[in-house]
This record gives sequence, C-alpha cells and structure tokens, in this order.
Amino acid sequence: MLKIKDLYASVEGMEILKGINLEVKPGEVHAIMGPNGSGKSTLANVLAGKEDYEVTNGEVIFEGEDLLEKSPEERAKDGIFLSFQYPVEIPGVPMVNFLKTSVNEHRKHKGLKELTAGEFLKLMREKMDLVDMHTKLTNRMVNEGFSGGEKKKNEIFQMALLEPKLAILDETDSGLDIDALKTVANGVNALKSPERSTIVVTHYQRLLDYIVPDYVHILYQGKIVKTAGKELALQLEEKGYDWIKSENGN
Amino acid sequence: MEEQDKILNDVTQGEYKYGFVTDIETDIIDKGLNEDVIRLISAKKEEPEFMLNFRLEAYRKWLKMKMPNWAYLKIPPIDFQAISYYAAPKKGPKYESLDEVDPELIDTFNKLGIPLEEQKHLAGVAVDAVIDSVSVKTTFKETLAEKGIIFCSFSEAVKEHPDLVKKYLGQAVPVADNYFAALNSAVFSDGSFCYIPKGVRCPMELSTYFRINAANTGQFERTLIVADDDSYVSYLEGCTAPMRDENQLHAAVVEIITLDRAEVKYSTVQNWYPGDKNGKGGIYNFVTKRGVCRGISSKISWTQVETGSAITWKYPSCILMGDNSVGEFNSVAVTNNHQQADTGSKMIHIGRNTKSTIVSKGISAGKSENSYRGLVKVMPKATNSRNFSQCDSLLLNDTCGAHTFPYIEVGNKSSIVEHEATTSKIGEDQIFYCNQRGIDTETAIGMIVNGYAKEVLNKLPMEFAVEAQKLLQISLEGSVG
Ligand SMILES: Nc1ncnc2c1ncn2[C@@H]1O[C@H](COP(=O)(O)OP(=O)(O)O)[C@@H](O)[C@H]1O
Ligand SMILES: [Mg+2]
Repeated sequence: MLKIKDLYASVEGMEILKGINLEVKPGEVHAIMGPNGSGKSTLANVLAGKEDYEVTNGEVIFEGEDLLEKSPEERAKDGIFLSFQYPVEIPGVPMVNFLKTSVNEHRKHKGLKELTAGEFLKLMREKMDLVDMHTKLTNRMVNEGFSGGEKKKNEIFQMALLEPKLAILDETDSGLDIDALKTVANGVNALKSPERSTIVVTHYQRLLDYIVPDYVHILYQGKIVKTAGKELALQLEEKGYDWIKSENGN
Repeated sequence: MEEQDKILNDVTQGEYKYGFVTDIETDIIDKGLNEDVIRLISAKKEEPEFMLNFRLEAYRKWLKMKMPNWAYLKIPPIDFQAISYYAAPKKGPKYESLDEVDPELIDTFNKLGIPLEEQKHLAGVAVDAVIDSVSVKTTFKETLAEKGIIFCSFSEAVKEHPDLVKKYLGQAVPVADNYFAALNSAVFSDGSFCYIPKGVRCPMELSTYFRINAANTGQFERTLIVADDDSYVSYLEGCTAPMRDENQLHAAVVEIITLDRAEVKYSTVQNWYPGDKNGKGGIYNFVTKRGVCRGISSKISWTQVETGSAITWKYPSCILMGDNSVGEFNSVAVTNNHQQADTGSKMIHIGRNTKSTIVSKGISAGKSENSYRGLVKVMPKATNSRNFSQCDSLLLNDTCGAHTFPYIEVGNKSSIVEHEATTSKIGEDQIFYCNQRGIDTETAIGMIVNGYAKEVLNKLPMEFAVEAQKLLQISLEGSVG
C-alpha cells in the first residue's frame, strides 16, 4: 500500500526528515512515536502534500504510484486521509457544505454519482452516530468555536465519511479525556478492514490500548531509530523518551 | 486530474467568458464632443426641448469641471474627444416580435443567457435589454401596464411620459453633481425608466441587462426609478461586456426617488471586462448612483456585487430626507490582477429618526487595489438618527491592497453612528485543509469567499444570488498565493 524509501525533507531550509524508510501493508496499523520536534507531523504533512515541505531525496509509492508527484487533493481522493494535529477553523463555511463537497469530490473521483443533499444528510447521520457527533457541531462553520476535543472528533467523523485507504492520525489523542479517547478509538476500529491501513502518530501509549498497532516505530531526530511490535510502546512508556535519547547519543 | 487541468486551463488560457464581439451594423456618429454633437444626439432621439436644455446645461458645467482625483485610483488620462457618443443598431429600435430582430443579436443574448423569451415570464422577470445605447426590445410591458407600472427605455419615457421625466430627472443627481454625472447628463444615450404608481407592489423583479458592443463607444446609461406613495419595486441590473483592447469608458447615472412609505430595492451584479492579467484593457466604470428618500418612512436599499471593470468608481448613496426613512448599502467588491476599485456609499441623514446601514465586503487578490470609501453625515435636524457601518476586507495574498476611508460627520447629539472594520487573509492552512479533504483550491476559495460574502449575497433575489456566487468564484480563479 505505502512504501517510503530513504525520504529526506526540509522546511524553510532546515532538514527535518533524514532518511525515513517505512512500509505499510493493507490492513496494518502502524504507530509512530517519538519526542516533540522529532518530525512526526512533518512526515504526516509530507505524505499529505503540504507545500511548505520540500522533499529533497527519496520516494514514496502509494498503491503503486508515485505519491510525491500528486497534488494534495489528488492524494486525498486516492485515499490518503490526514487527521490534523491542529485542525483549522474556516469561518463562513458551513460544516454540511464542506462535508458534502468533500464527499462528492471523492465520489466523482471514483466515478460514482454525486450525492444529493438528502442522500448526503442520511449518510452524515449514520456516520455521526459512529463517533457520537452532535448536530450542534455539524450545524456550525467548519471547526469554528469547537473545543480541542471536538475538533479531533470532527476529524474522525470526516474520516468515517470518506473511508480512506490510508488514515494518518496525527496526535488525535492529545487533549482528549478518556471517554472521548474511547469514542475516537471506536470510530477508528469500526473502519478497520483488511484493505484499510492506519498510521497512528502519538506521543503516549494510552491510545494504543484501544487502537492496537501491528508495529511501533520510534522517530527520533528525523529518523526511525527503533521498530518492533506493540510491546515497544509499553517499554517506551516505562523507560521514557530519555531512553531513546541516551541510546542515540544525547 | 482532468478537473484540475480544466481549471488550470481556464485560469491560464481562458479568455473572459463573455469576451466576444457581435458583428452588428451600427449607426455611430463621429468621435468628439461639442455642443453640436449634443444637439445631434438630442435630434437623433427626437427629444423635446427640455431635454436638450438639460443636456446643454450639463455640458456647459462639465466644461468647467475637472476629473476628480481624490479616489485611491490610478486613472490614465482619458481623451474625451476620442470617444463616439452615440451608437444605435441600424435596423432601428423597434420590433414587434423576436423574429424581426437581427439573429446575431439574438445569438448574443443567448450566449449571455439573457432570457428574452417567454420562459423568463414564468420566472417572474421582465427584461428591458439594452444593447449599446438603444433599447432593442422591452418585454412584459403589457403585464406591468395593467398595474399602471411604467417600465421602458429612457428614450421612450421622454416621448411618452415627458411630464414624469421632467419632474424627476436630476432630482437625485443634479446635472453638475460631479464630473462624470455632468458628462452623462450631457450625452446619455439611453437607459431605463421606471415608475411605480401609488399603492402598487410591482409583482415581478424588474431586470435590465446592459452591454457595451460597438468599438470605442462610450456608454452613458441613465436610469430613473420613481416609486410613488406606498409602492414597492425590486430592480435588478446586471451587465457583461465583450473583450476589448482599448479602455472603454462607462459613466452611468442611476437616480431613485421614493415618496411616502415607498420602497425600492436596487440590486446590481457588475461584471464588465476587467482587463487581462497584465492590466491591459478593461472597462472604466465611473458610476453615480443615488437615491432620495423623499417621503416619510420610505426606504432605498442598494445591493451590489462588483467583480468586473479595470477601474471602479462608484458610491451608491441615500439621501434620507423623509422622517423615519431608511437607507441600506450592501456591497461585495472583488478585485483581482490589476483591477482597482474605490467604492462605498454616502448616507446623508436629513429627516428625523432616519436609519442607515452599510455593509461592505472587499475581496482583493492579485496586484489589485480595493478601497472602501464612505461618508455618514447626520444633519443637525436629523435627531435620533442611526447608522451602522461594517467594512470588512479579505485578502488572498500579500501583493494586493485593501484600504478603508470612512468619513463621519454627526451634527446632533441624539444620533448614534457606529463603524466596525476587519481585515483578514485566507490562510494557506485553510486551503490545505480543504485540499486534504479532496477539495481543490479554486473550490475552496469559492467556499470561503462565498461564506465571507454571504451576508450581502443573501440580500440579492434568489436567482441573482446564485449567479453572483458563481461569479465570485470565477473572478478569483488562480488567485491564491
Ligand atoms: N512549517 C514549519 N516551519 C518551520 N519549522 C517547522 C515547520 N514545521 C515543523 N518545523 C520544525 O520541524 C521540526 C519537527 O517538527 P514536527 O514535525 O512538528 O515534530 P513532531 O510532530 O514530531 O513534534 C521542529 O523542529 C519544528 O520546529
Ligand atoms: Mg506533531
């Protein structure tokens, strides 16, 4: 599904990713952990195609195609979904319009008929139940006045609507209380299938109690310095990030 | 990918959508301006003497006036002698049925989507279409006539309702009000006239489409709307113009008079050719629009969506004479590439308890300059009057400019004037968020801009609002950065 080979990327002339290698197969859940500033969000943004990030070396193959050549919206429609660490507010744009446009862009891309307003609302209600989304939120402008937790929930809600092949969740757990965390995890798990893959970027182990990863990678200073099974997350929880830092000469 | 390509193509190679020129034989008088030309225009139009005198008075005053230079605009010198001041379709202005109309003209109308046909009746819109300077076809006059409503070309009004024209012409915009209004008063070719009698609610939106068509012909439209006691009308003006290399001057005048408890809603979607990406060509749009709420409790509202023209100089205004009268100005002005707009409103409070509202939404992109200029003036006797002004600017990049020039003069202590202003920028993060959800940049900007302008768009009649929404999006294609 996704193959990252020797990926280097910089932002504003500063090299952040320094040779990432990662392969994600269909159905797999990968967790990426690491201290603040190690480049987790950078990796997520590079995969999603954010302009500010310049890829200086390496390649990314998604579903057999060169991902880096494509525009952000093409990547999205090809099935890459990024749950943002900090979702932005878009004043003046109603949630329902935004979501309907998004869903229909995806459908057009797949050669499906666009949904009418009625059909869309029906789909929306179904998915709202999945993540316990309130109409008081869907009646607002995109993310406007949402609390941190509501914004995260909204990301998972959109993921449920779009059913991506590869979901990248960038610290979706941060700022969530335990109930919200469970809801979000349930949403993610409900979408799990042998065809869909997930990359969970997280700082803490607790989300991984609910979304169980097949692999855990530790990203440190722009490189993956350790890869193992889910036990690595527990080990990290126990020993703390200083363990990684000291092992890597800091 | 295909969608993406199409948009890219439209943006980079797309010509102005309505930039075609129709090849209709026209009767054009020689270029230049002097008293003889004015007499010739008046004679060609078979006008009564009061009209000739009106024109001559305006011309003589205009000669002594200077081009205004206070606006935040760079206006290239205009050679008024290089303009031809009259053009009429050769076949003459009157047809009994569509079959008699030049097929090319019909074709033009169709390309523009101007519905002269019966379907439009079902949609509830009467159309008085103006091609060049002479009205070619007026529809649904009979339906309106049953209610005693007069809706016709200005020339026709001069012939058939001279008393009304004489009584109200120049009441809102005096002959020498400003340089461009004086020029218009001297040479105006045609336009629309509308009279709503006492107690009548006009049953349909009255709509006029303007269009410049003959090369190098200045367009000087004149519109006069009179709403008698207890009457109501909603009037729509929309315009498109064909692509031209030379700059074309457009100096229209619109006057509205409302008597006791009458209401006029005037809506405009302005889409003149804005010039190319490098600022070459485009219409110069110097418009004087003013309404006088003469009667008590009368109301005039201006709603405009301005996306076209190379230069826009336009301040739809209300003079609130009658006690309890109400004035409104709602505007969305988009500038892109090298467009310049200096637009806003004047609200002059004369009567007691008069109220006015100004909502201005500027959207700037490219290397354009977009200015709001407004005057709120409360006279000493206008006790308990109120104004609220909201002026917002939205920037799409760092190379464009947005400016706000509010002037406030309050002459009594019981009145309240409030002014609010905001400036915001469409963030790359917002665009990226939309992109990540599969929404391309153009559509994303369209959504954001329409959201921003919603308050004004909502004031437009339904069909017009939909058109205006599309227009906003088209005008901003390829403009984020
Ligand atoms: N847009 C940006 N501009 C400048 N520096 C950035 C930008 N994005 C990330 N960085 C820098 O890159 C490094 C990695 O950041 P990030 O990928 O957000 O780390 P993480 O998500 O692992 O906490 C940090 O030093 C951060 O300051
Ligand atoms: Mg991060």
